[in-house]
Amino acid sequence: MFEAFQFEFMRNAMLAGLLASVACGIVGVYVVVKKIVSMSGSIAHASFGGIGLGYLLNFSPVLGAMIFSLLSALTMGLVTRRTRLPEDTAIGILWALGMALGVIFIGLSAGYAPDLMSYLFGNILTVPSNDLYLMAALDLIILALTAAFYKEFLLLSFDEEFGTVVGMPVNVLYLLLLCMVALTVVVLIRVVGMILVIAMLAFPAALARQFTHDIKKMMMLAVVFGMFFTFGGLWISYLINLASGATIILLSGLTLLSTYIVVGLRNSLKVRFTR
Amino acid sequence: MASTDVVRLENVWVSYNGTPALEDINLRVDEHDFLGIIGPNGGGKSTLLKVVLGLIRPQRGTVTVLGNPPARSRSSIGYVPQYSNYDHNFPVSVIEVVMMGRYGKRGILKPYDKSDREAAEKSLSRVGMLSQASTQIGQLSGGQQQRAFIARALVSEPQLLLLDEPTASVDSATQTNFYELLEDLKKGMAIIMVSHDIGAISVFVDKIACLNVQLFYHGSKEITPEILESTYKCPVQLIAHGEVPHRVLREH
Repeated sequence: MFEAFQFEFMRNAMLAGLLASVACGIVGVYVVVKKIVSMSGSIAHASFGGIGLGYLLNFSPVLGAMIFSLLSALTMGLVTRRTRLPEDTAIGILWALGMALGVIFIGLSAGYAPDLMSYLFGNILTVPSNDLYLMAALDLIILALTAAFYKEFLLLSFDEEFGTVVGMPVNVLYLLLLCMVALTVVVLIRVVGMILVIAMLAFPAALARQFTHDIKKMMMLAVVFGMFFTFGGLWISYLINLASGATIILLSGLTLLSTYIVVGLRNSLKVRFTR
Repeated sequence: MASTDVVRLENVWVSYNGTPALEDINLRVDEHDFLGIIGPNGGGKSTLLKVVLGLIRPQRGTVTVLGNPPARSRSSIGYVPQYSNYDHNFPVSVIEVVMMGRYGKRGILKPYDKSDREAAEKSLSRVGMLSQASTQIGQLSGGQQQRAFIARALVSEPQLLLLDEPTASVDSATQTNFYELLEDLKKGMAIIMVSHDIGAISVFVDKIACLNVQLFYHGSKEITPEILESTYKCPVQLIAHGEVPHRVLREH
């Protein structure tokens, strides 16, 4: 019986890691090349308001997170495009506002909030099967949108002004991209938690960027790196009994940092020898 | 004949927050014109290009490009933005950048196909860059990048080519090649080039206008020191460079 249980939760954890890697690998590439990492962080943190609302009104906090992250993505997109509010100010406001709402909602809800830590910092070992279906569905949506709007997102990320000149609806596409970030936040929330989502979006893609100049290959590599980090982090956290979400982030952060150091050293050596 | 007017601006006024950027601009560009617009930074050069592209709608006056409002003629306009406007490490190859110029022909949701790739290759060979098709864009030299962006503008087979500060980051030898390329291109299209660099305006430009909020345009290449002075609001010396094919501007 214990073996079956172990099989069940390990299988779920592996599946969750796989599904999370697909979303963060693909959307993370756009987040990195379009330089919207802090904006994505803001969308992720604002989703805490939805988690709190879920606790308060007694519905699924994941659903609440989805509603709030989508709303904050749309708000962020509209505010930065339609008003004169500087982008980083908007990022800060929405970031804090969402968190504050979450704290108030949780404070208002009766009793204590079970699983709260797993939403904040993730717990890949306790992902319920229902959430796996949701993650798979969101992955499919993200894949379909990326395939359909591949050339649009490429132009949007590379040269928005030229996109406008050739008649592309850049603002609508920008909102769509931010909504894809919001959906990715939901996919990742169970695995690494909303506080750490920003790292999972940025790290695998930033690492992949060091190996290729082709955006499609970059996405595939980022997905592979994402799997390596989630499975590797999971394994290490199991071996030395650490929090899984944080271990995954630490592993990916240290890997990314060390590749930068290696590349930096190699370049400075090259300079020295060619002189 | 109105039909040969590629660009026509009549009494165009643009201001940002009450500060005038363009005052009462009148301009006509014909089919095979190569117009150079010079003027100081902040003189409204980029604004003027954006008005022609339909990205900025003037508060007053009318703009027609190829007989239509500019936004409707965009697929016939090739635009080469300022060199520094993008991330040089962006993971994209030269041919992918050039294919972006086919967006207007392809439209939303339809992927680029073989004909787009062929058009992009043709466009690259026209600027002498076909051998670099699969190179990452940031690995090209300044002059090569400029050619790649011109190829992107040409791939839609435009009737009007707009160049924003094209010589800003290019050395003088490359500039000469660049003007030879434009010389070849102007046979098939009208060209408008803006620059803050008076030296950049070479023998290949047919007409020169000076822009500093107001436009001083006399339909010819002769620029008098008086025009330059009223454009730049200070005495300007006309300098001729020896190595580059050029025309010494007439003394007064």
